[in-house]
Amino acid sequence: MSEVILTMKGIDKAFPGVYALKGVDLEVRKGEVHALMGENGAGKSTLMKVLTGIYAKDGGMIAFEGSEVEYQNPAQSQEAGISIVHQELNMMQHLTVAQNIFIGREFMNGFIINDNKMNKEAKKLFHKLNIDIKPSQMMGNLTVGKQQMCEIVKAISKEAKVIIFDEPTAALTEKEIEELFKIIRDLRSQGLGIVYISHRMDEIKVITDRVSVMRDGEYVGTVITKETTKEDIINMMVGRVIYEAPKEKSNVAADAPVVLRVENLNAGPMVRNISFELHKGEILGFSGLMGAGRTETARTLFGVDQKSSGEVYVNGKKIDIKSPQDAVAHGIGYLSEDRKRFGLVLDKTVAENTVLASLDDYMSGIFIDGVKEKRAAQEYVDKLKTKTPSVEQKVVNLSGGNQQKIVIAKWLVRNCDILIFDEPTRGIDVGAKSEIYQLINELAAEGKSIIMISSELTEILRMSDRIMVMCEGRKTGELSIEEASQESIMHAATARE
Amino acid sequence: MGSSNITATHKKTGVLESNPLVKAIGSQRVIAVLALIVLFGFFCIASPAFRQYSTFISIFDASYYIGFMAIGITFVIATGGIDLSIGTVLMCSSLISGSLAIKSGVPMAACMIIGILIGTFFGLCNGLMVSVMNLPPFIATLGTMMITRGFGSIYTRAQSITWPQASTSTGWFRKIFKITLGDGMMIPTGFILLLVVAIIMSVVLNKTKIGRYILSLGSNKEATRLSGVNVVKWETVAYVLSGTFTGLAGISYAAIYSTMLPATGNGFELDAIAGVVIGGTSMSGGNGTIAGTLIGVFIMSVLKTGLPFVGLQSHWQMFITGIVLIIAVFADVASKKRM
Repeated sequence: MSEVILTMKGIDKAFPGVYALKGVDLEVRKGEVHALMGENGAGKSTLMKVLTGIYAKDGGMIAFEGSEVEYQNPAQSQEAGISIVHQELNMMQHLTVAQNIFIGREFMNGFIINDNKMNKEAKKLFHKLNIDIKPSQMMGNLTVGKQQMCEIVKAISKEAKVIIFDEPTAALTEKEIEELFKIIRDLRSQGLGIVYISHRMDEIKVITDRVSVMRDGEYVGTVITKETTKEDIINMMVGRVIYEAPKEKSNVAADAPVVLRVENLNAGPMVRNISFELHKGEILGFSGLMGAGRTETARTLFGVDQKSSGEVYVNGKKIDIKSPQDAVAHGIGYLSEDRKRFGLVLDKTVAENTVLASLDDYMSGIFIDGVKEKRAAQEYVDKLKTKTPSVEQKVVNLSGGNQQKIVIAKWLVRNCDILIFDEPTRGIDVGAKSEIYQLINELAAEGKSIIMISSELTEILRMSDRIMVMCEGRKTGELSIEEASQESIMHAATARE
Repeated sequence: MGSSNITATHKKTGVLESNPLVKAIGSQRVIAVLALIVLFGFFCIASPAFRQYSTFISIFDASYYIGFMAIGITFVIATGGIDLSIGTVLMCSSLISGSLAIKSGVPMAACMIIGILIGTFFGLCNGLMVSVMNLPPFIATLGTMMITRGFGSIYTRAQSITWPQASTSTGWFRKIFKITLGDGMMIPTGFILLLVVAIIMSVVLNKTKIGRYILSLGSNKEATRLSGVNVVKWETVAYVLSGTFTGLAGISYAAIYSTMLPATGNGFELDAIAGVVIGGTSMSGGNGTIAGTLIGVFIMSVLKTGLPFVGLQSHWQMFITGIVLIIAVFADVASKKRM
């Protein structure tokens, strides 16, 4: 085995009232991809923040390239050669791609920033990694996936010796993930140490050499990926085995009524002539690559974007949706892939978020009825098994999975019968994921109709009763769950014009 | 595709934006330029008296102090912040430095530097309150506004200060902003200064680290911090620039209008902010241009100078500026929304 480049030993970190890290160890070698795994809240991100100087540690030792270090801020750790690709997109939307990549270390001509040179250097980087992005483009005009690629290029461009990938694939399609893996393998062969944080088991098996597992802020152990099974790793993480096989047959009765019918829906280049039906109690999977137009279709249905033509029928009645208010009035709820931006008011409590979309029902006179509000919130906390100390907890303090449940509760309180889930498990850990799956299944069993947009094929195959595949704004396939396979979906998803 | 591209999808088209020239400078700025031309043309047609050399000089005169303040505050607004104190800081710095010149006999050059430094000092205070003490910019600068309004009066015992006339030995400073020749001809040197400063600050905003980091932290402060940029420092710099330019604005005001009352400056900050916003800078931070700001400022001073020529007193200026402000920003919002 190659030489150790980074050692963290006995790291302790406490926040007021809670222990975030207790005696955590991590060792990364040159030329290895080292997975760091654990459920949300296990302390992975905190550990990385301690390493890069965002948090100060309370105890323990960090050694980088053989000598003990303690970074005061991210600038110092970057300087030393430790880069991080953050889980959340951390981009300045108003700056160009190149300006984002070189932020904090611009090329200068005296006092003047040399944007030309930055564009050229960025172009070289993209070229080297075979990524097709124009450096002079505004970051805000790129898709989430492309922005993620920029984030990665930014980390790589710092001539790092250790790169931390914090859930880099959360926003990427299968194809982009393949490209990313190529990049990571390339970096590994150049002798870099790579820390890879992810919840996706399949990726861990494919890309990593060793796996370290954390649970509840503690170090569980390190294993060699090749000598371990998926189940072993999950066991280390949660102490139970999680079932991940595809669905075998549709649960929808043959005579289930059509609750939503969409005919020849058009809205811009990403929604072209989309027609489909959704039955009562059905889970309709929307599959496709990133940028296939699935989110745009959902947004048009929900009235966020305006349709240019096409008809929408709910329960056989033609309806005209001009705004999200109209959609909600017709019982359609949309759960955005970006919970934090579009789904929740993070600074507000569980109770406030739960009734946000149906506040009219929780008024007494001109005042909000706090008691009724809390009662409703509590009911759904119990029903959805949301883990929160109380309904007066601020949502920002909950884990991703529990935040997602609050969004679901919000639409259930609003009495929505058609729920559109856009990447419902993005950024959610294995344990919470299976709870969300169970919840979606229960909702369908209760007669709610569900559209589930997902970029994960395993998720689509596991959950859907029927699958609609899109590519470049067109519907390129519709498969029953019985006939669907990873291959058949990918075939339709890449049916370019 | 992410729903986080709301901005992206909405930016794509719009009738105006299909024009490459419009694309390059932004639709709101085009609207601002058109508004300036229309206003100017309107006054020229409506009032023969307006079409005079002296009127044009008046337009320039009215643009200096707002212009310098607006250039400074563009940097603050680009961070997503606000500086409410600049109007009263202008008064405070000009009263103190003017009183030093007249009553204490401090040399004029030194007084001008002191005036600028007073502005810089209050800018620094604002910056530190916002970036280090984490006060909301609205509150921090509201506090400074009240302090400076009070302090100017306290210092001069509520007396007004009249700066030396051009004819006196210390009146040379006025030539920086306006040279009066014998036969009623005047050279608006202040416009040249304003233009030079605007060009320099435009380069600073777009081409130097100061501007880059200010725009960057206005766009996404946390991400900028995580990139290893000292956001505390750069956020402070924005307020310091605002203060410094307010100090300069104070001198230009004194050079043109001579007399500083302890009540002068109230509301100037709103004129400057309106100029910046009409010029296309977003209050939410992350973008901004000095050229746009300058256009916005000239819209204000054309209005201010022109309205009396069509029989409307200066209080109409506020009224009409308000309408222009709302139309300019609404036109921009609407053109971006169109799919």
